[in-house]
Amino acid sequence: MSDITENPVETAEPTTRMNMIQAINSAMDVMMARDPDVIVMGEDVGYFGGVFRATAGLQKKYGKRRVFDTPITECGIIGVAVGMGAYGLRPVPEIQFADYIYPALDQLVSEAARLRYRSAGEFIAPMTVRSPFGGGIFGGQTHSQSPEGIFTHVSGVKTVIPSTPYDAKGLLIAAIEDNDPTIFFEPKRIYNGPFDGHYDRPARNWSAHPAGEVPEGYYRIPLGKANVVRAGQALTILCYGAMVHVVAATIEELGVDAEIIDLRTLVPLDIETIEASVKKTGRCMIVHEATRTSGFGAELSALVQERCFYHLEAPIERVTGFDTPYPHSLEWAYFPGPVRIAEALKKIMKE
Amino acid sequence: MARASTAKPAKGAAKPTPAPASNRERPAEPVRYEASKDELMAFYREMLLIRRFEEKAGQLYGLGLIGGFCHLYIGQEAVAVGLQSALEVGKDSVITGYRDHGHMLAYGIAPKLIMAELTGREAGISRGKGGSMHMFSVEHKFYGGHGIVGAQVSLGTGLAFKHKYANDGGVAMAYFGDGASNQGQVYESFNMAELWKLPIIFVIENNQYAMGTSVNRSSAEDQLYKRGESFRIPGLQVDGMDVLAVRGAANTAVEWVRAGKGPILLELKTYRYRGHSMSDPAKYRSRDEVQAVRDKSDPIEHAKRDLEALGVTEADLKDLDKEIRKIVSEAADFAESSPEPGLAELYTDVLVDTY
Ligand SMILES: Cc1ncc(C[n+]2csc(CCOP(=O)(O)OP(=O)(O)O)c2C)c(N)n1
Ligand SMILES: [Mg+2]
Repeated sequence: MSDITENPVETAEPTTRMNMIQAINSAMDVMMARDPDVIVMGEDVGYFGGVFRATAGLQKKYGKRRVFDTPITECGIIGVAVGMGAYGLRPVPEIQFADYIYPALDQLVSEAARLRYRSAGEFIAPMTVRSPFGGGIFGGQTHSQSPEGIFTHVSGVKTVIPSTPYDAKGLLIAAIEDNDPTIFFEPKRIYNGPFDGHYDRPARNWSAHPAGEVPEGYYRIPLGKANVVRAGQALTILCYGAMVHVVAATIEELGVDAEIIDLRTLVPLDIETIEASVKKTGRCMIVHEATRTSGFGAELSALVQERCFYHLEAPIERVTGFDTPYPHSLEWAYFPGPVRIAEALKKIMKE
Repeated sequence: MARASTAKPAKGAAKPTPAPASNRERPAEPVRYEASKDELMAFYREMLLIRRFEEKAGQLYGLGLIGGFCHLYIGQEAVAVGLQSALEVGKDSVITGYRDHGHMLAYGIAPKLIMAELTGREAGISRGKGGSMHMFSVEHKFYGGHGIVGAQVSLGTGLAFKHKYANDGGVAMAYFGDGASNQGQVYESFNMAELWKLPIIFVIENNQYAMGTSVNRSSAEDQLYKRGESFRIPGLQVDGMDVLAVRGAANTAVEWVRAGKGPILLELKTYRYRGHSMSDPAKYRSRDEVQAVRDKSDPIEHAKRDLEALGVTEADLKDLDKEIRKIVSEAADFAESSPEPGLAELYTDVLVDTY
């Protein structure tokens, strides 16, 4: 992946090697130090430091008043976070797995996402809900899902999905500072290293990746700004999260001159970057892990068609999860990996 | 709307809240079950089967044959065995969370079908589609195996509704953990169950931890058997490490529920010896704490002492252990040698037809 233009860190600030968990931890640490209204809460986030260790050390540093365990009560966690936010705090609740966000959906959709609108801007819900999501860890149907499309469909929430440690920290800081409720989905398959989709090859960690070099202090990556991780001429590939790495490795292996766009935030969406790229390449492929029907890829496909119809030289291709619950066995048949991406590439380049 | 001039306050409205009604009917204090030698032998056998099965599952997990999330029941055997020995397989329904292997074995479901589900194989009880946390047997009226903490409590309430609706004489038993007892839907279910006088036994398996969170760090009322009181559901606290105490409480509960008196809540005080799941470093409690429970309160050792007092010999128990180890290793062989489900299975059972 040598010629991928990852975010070169152009700052004199001291940097450190971090994996994605450490980068996320660092973002919360930085924000808690800067803003006394930031609080971190969730199941096992305090004493234990989170099941993925994303909040490790924070309770020790900031005390139980600001970093604390909640009972297992997702609807309650998000509900109280809405109230806290309306009265001036900046809560960062963790939902342990995205698969457990559904009990909280009512509070997220009916309260968090709607408070600003129905109070004509008087009350807001400036919370950032962190939640690990996505498959590839043999988690079966309750530890693997990608429910981002549910949230992008709800007006009033932002949806952010990082793909590297560097992005994770900068985006999380921006999300915490943002005055809207933000769903921050963390692709847990790449917590420890970029995953190229070859589950049978040795896992790599972040230490060799340029975006594993992360500033220790404060910086932000604006919400709504995509990242062109590789410039190319042959086609545009839209992806986010773990799929950025799967796509990058696949086109590298196949020697395809693709332009890869990592969306980074789904709402707000950087449609200008997408439009410019597709107008240049004339072909567009969309890759996500989530199920196909009504997935975010459907929205992207519609937008590209609306804006780039006369530039398209082939139908837009989608490579996605199948329209089934996430399987327990057969995970690698389900996961949209190198084989399915290669097939789609063949098809879209033939036209 | 109110006619202010003539409206009178409702009778008694000005009086202070009365003390909790002491005249409310309550179940009798449970008595430790007096098992015959054969009965106790059967309980011992089932507990041992669960223990050995779980130890084997732990090994297979370590070898990579079981993937993903797997929660062992070691330490809690007396709960499922004692309670379900008072139920009738195929008549009374049972539902639980993801820590479900023990409840299945205690309901007579074949070990090899469970083990093959853990390894995700075609021959598994859910054809490899559910895995460790999601297993079912219609024939036994075992309704799963559910991964979402607390969800099964509402489902169990629905099962109880059907028992009542069909007047089939069955009761539902819905298990959940101390951690799950803080989910809101548990209380929504309590209210419906009592309001509709449903035949359900709610069982809180209080193993004192929800992952890394101990009960007193998450529960305002940590005497969990009281959690039903404000819904008028009587609660009993039970020693979950003594299979005969558990069976005694089960009899009381079954009698109450079958008599049409509505739901009852049992809190079983128990302990899990292993990590929450296979990937738990268990840093939230000390080794000494675990060892002390194993030494002092192990349910299998307890039953063993009782058996010896009834004249069962060490040699008898050795033979039994051998027999059980054989059953378990056969289950493991079966689970390792069965094929994975075919690719076409990805698309089956999503909706009524394939689409
Ligand atoms: C809705 C939901 N939230 C969180 C989880 C993650 N989780 C799985 S088990 C568990 C702890 C449950 O503890 P308890 O109810 O005491 O049961 P035990 O594991 O002790 O048997 C948690 C938080 C989940 N599966 N579902
Ligand atoms: Mg527990």
